[in-house]
Amino acid sequence: MRSTLARLSSDPPMTEPLLKVEDLSVTFTAAGTTTHAVRNISFDINKGETVALVGESGSGKSVSALSVLKLLPYPPASHPSGRIVFEGQDLLTASERELRGVRGNDVTMIFQEPMTSLNPLHTIERQIGEILSLHGHLGEDGGHSRIIELLNQVGIRDPEKRLGAFPHQLSGGQRQRVMIAMSLANEPKLLIADEPTTALDVTVQAQILELLNKLKADKGLSMLFITHDLGIVRKFADRVCVMTQGEIVETGATADIFDNPQHDYTKHLLAAEPKGEPPAHDENAEIIMQGDDIKVWFPIKKGFMRKTVDHVKAVDGIDLKLRAGQTLGVVGESGSGKTTLGLALTRMISSQGKIAFVGKDIDSYSFNEMKPLRSEMQIVFQDPYGSLSPRMSVAEIIAEGLHIHKPGQTFEQIDATVSSVLEEVGLDPETRHRYPHEFSGGQRQRMAIARAMVLEPKFVMLDEPTSALDMSVQAQVVELLLRLQEQRNLAYLFISHDLKVVRALANEVIVMRLGKVVEQGPSRQIFDEPRDDYTKALMAAAFDLATAPAGIVNQ
Amino acid sequence: MSDVTLDKVAKSPVSKRPRISPLNQRRWSNFKANRRGYWSFWIFLFLFFFTLCAEFIANDRPILVSYKGELLAPVFVDYPEEKFGGFLPVTDYRDPVNIEEIEANGWMLWPPIRYSYQTVNADVPRPAPSPPTWRLSTEEACRKFPDGVNDAQCNYGNWNWLGTDDQARDVVARLIYGFRISVLFGLVLTALSAVIGVSAGAVQGYYGGWVDLIFQRFIEIWTSIPLLYLLIIVASVLPPGFWILLSIMLLFSWTGFVGIVRAEFLRARNFEYVNAARALGVSNGTIMFRHLLPNAMVATLTFMPFILSGSITALTSLDFLGFGLPPGSPSLGELLKQGQNNLQAPWLGLMGFVVISVMLSLLIFIGEAVRDAFDPRKTFE
Repeated sequence: MRSTLARLSSDPPMTEPLLKVEDLSVTFTAAGTTTHAVRNISFDINKGETVALVGESGSGKSVSALSVLKLLPYPPASHPSGRIVFEGQDLLTASERELRGVRGNDVTMIFQEPMTSLNPLHTIERQIGEILSLHGHLGEDGGHSRIIELLNQVGIRDPEKRLGAFPHQLSGGQRQRVMIAMSLANEPKLLIADEPTTALDVTVQAQILELLNKLKADKGLSMLFITHDLGIVRKFADRVCVMTQGEIVETGATADIFDNPQHDYTKHLLAAEPKGEPPAHDENAEIIMQGDDIKVWFPIKKGFMRKTVDHVKAVDGIDLKLRAGQTLGVVGESGSGKTTLGLALTRMISSQGKIAFVGKDIDSYSFNEMKPLRSEMQIVFQDPYGSLSPRMSVAEIIAEGLHIHKPGQTFEQIDATVSSVLEEVGLDPETRHRYPHEFSGGQRQRMAIARAMVLEPKFVMLDEPTSALDMSVQAQVVELLLRLQEQRNLAYLFISHDLKVVRALANEVIVMRLGKVVEQGPSRQIFDEPRDDYTKALMAAAFDLATAPAGIVNQ
Repeated sequence: MSDVTLDKVAKSPVSKRPRISPLNQRRWSNFKANRRGYWSFWIFLFLFFFTLCAEFIANDRPILVSYKGELLAPVFVDYPEEKFGGFLPVTDYRDPVNIEEIEANGWMLWPPIRYSYQTVNADVPRPAPSPPTWRLSTEEACRKFPDGVNDAQCNYGNWNWLGTDDQARDVVARLIYGFRISVLFGLVLTALSAVIGVSAGAVQGYYGGWVDLIFQRFIEIWTSIPLLYLLIIVASVLPPGFWILLSIMLLFSWTGFVGIVRAEFLRARNFEYVNAARALGVSNGTIMFRHLLPNAMVATLTFMPFILSGSITALTSLDFLGFGLPPGSPSLGELLKQGQNNLQAPWLGLMGFVVISVMLSLLIFIGEAVRDAFDPRKTFE
């Protein structure tokens, strides 16, 4: 691995680079205020080279990539300075007609969200056929053989049968493969990939990355790869440009950047892996939450009489035990039933099977009977942008639970409690009268944690609390969660697909697949010596970005 | 919350929140940016408060009377005529005998227009409907007064600036009172419809499922009842009045709000912050009120000016057809009806048309500005 990188990076650019971005700036003007999204960046991409633009959200990396094809919304966006030279032609000054000849032909793009970047009303054949016909590459049979060839290249099984499929009939990974097939249709010279694997599961991510790597080797494709994931960069990029606040602060060969970062920000980014030691295993601690044979089945109803013909077994017979001060990690791919399990345990959805919370059998409690217990079991949700009401101030959001569970307190008492909990999660209490949109994602997730902690719960369900956050913020949130657990002897149910975070937090792990437990045990054992093939594939994909042999994981 | 805590809240220095949230500040500036709507808003507000004081502007009794050293306020109190030496239970201050008696022993402060909406002008210069005074010569306008042009009572206050209707009632006074009753009717109807419609829509959207299904079918059947026939039937049983009319119209107008509010609640009930509130143990009612209603309010407020103008139009058309407010009420629809029946007196129809169209246009312009103000694409960048 290292030797390949060294060879590629030491290869001197003999010819003019394929794409040359010089002194590019992007500004957005809205309602009289000007935002400088990108400031004077320059980078080159040579033939057959993969350049990664790395940075956290808001660093301007996507905006830079979109300006290569002039896909930004003009006029709010404008380029005060810069040149983007592709094969000797300046794309910034090119006419719309010339640009259309380049877009989808010489330079193509893959976007982050495979759900929305395909037209839901068109079949796969039509989607790929469209881009072929636009640039006049349909061929004699209406592109039929070319489309099958492309689908074969991107590794879609039985492409003939898939031609008539609509996007919703494909999995996320398959959709992204179709997107790649579309972008390869006209044999482009440069592929711009804007976080192409962020929305995918780790095992699928590994497959897609392998596919991109293979295509690059086969066709001598150049790639501009935009990502926030340093693991991907390390494995797949030849050169790296580190971006922050609209500027490229460091450029260099991948190996150099990782081994010998120069700029403070790069060092900060590299050091941002979630660290920390999960709490030690303690067999004697009080059992907070116990579930026996928990099942959540959603009925599938058919026919006029709505007879139940089958069930979707979201959670299918899971046993678990969670002790005070311990963290149980629930890992698995999307759709494996992790969140449903958590919601069943907190009695947010109905389920079968015994659920005991601090010795009480709560599985038959009604919503009203659960109310007094809600202060002791709390949930922190995944999306800090969605989980805070945009119309309430921070203080109101945090105090909401206090009004219900500790009624009769004076305004001062509540205000003091809110201030102290804000301080505890690392926020300035002075900011408590502001509204959530004024805060960053990490700060908002701290507020969501504060809202849970203010009620002094015993059990907290953490539903992917870090997956919407930047890497360095993730590390801070993990640190905060560990500190709070230690101080308050909390029991965490930590649901995540991000195994790095789970490793830092959980001392026991359940691996779920299709609603069932694949493997269960102390986290050290699961991470270091996984027994099940599926767990092994998951670990390999998460930590080494390696793909598993066909059949173990989904496509 | 006890009184003690309330007291402390008021005194507490910690509240540093701006009085208007930044979001609402942006909405207000969006509203102001629509110049037409902004000006319409102020003009409408002026007209509304102006007509709210109708009793002090157009009335057949003086605002203040000084009689034998005693200060009287006939606007508020019905004085018997024997106070001024007569025999009627209520004084007619327009009676020349009473005027002479009071003027001899003190003074009277009249409103600018000395007619109320149902005052019959006994001194119309020409048979009713009498034309606007400015179309007559001074001699003709004062023809019926004992001293003619020199009569002290033939003054601006006693002139019919826009003429009279076919029962010799002053058109200006009827327009002022008619504007007021129309707007009040519209406002009350809109507010009550909003309360009922928003609650019904909220419950349907929030609970969904069977509640939603049954309610929706009910509304479909309910709205297919023809309002006009129902009004005709009810009018034959109950005496038509402001509140009866309002309640019958309310029975049907609330459904207008259900659709939008239900849609907003259906959309928002799965928002993560709603789930978060549920996880806190917040009751369904509070979740609906505190977390979901603000979402639906934007759609409701945007809708409101249009519902308001719709209510006014409905009242006017019922009055026009004769199923509206009781006879004698100052209604704009009745004025239009008179205009139709008295084509020889074009001031009746014209003035009714002008006032109604100005009022509805102002409301529509305000509605447009409100829509701009709440437009999320303008409010959030």
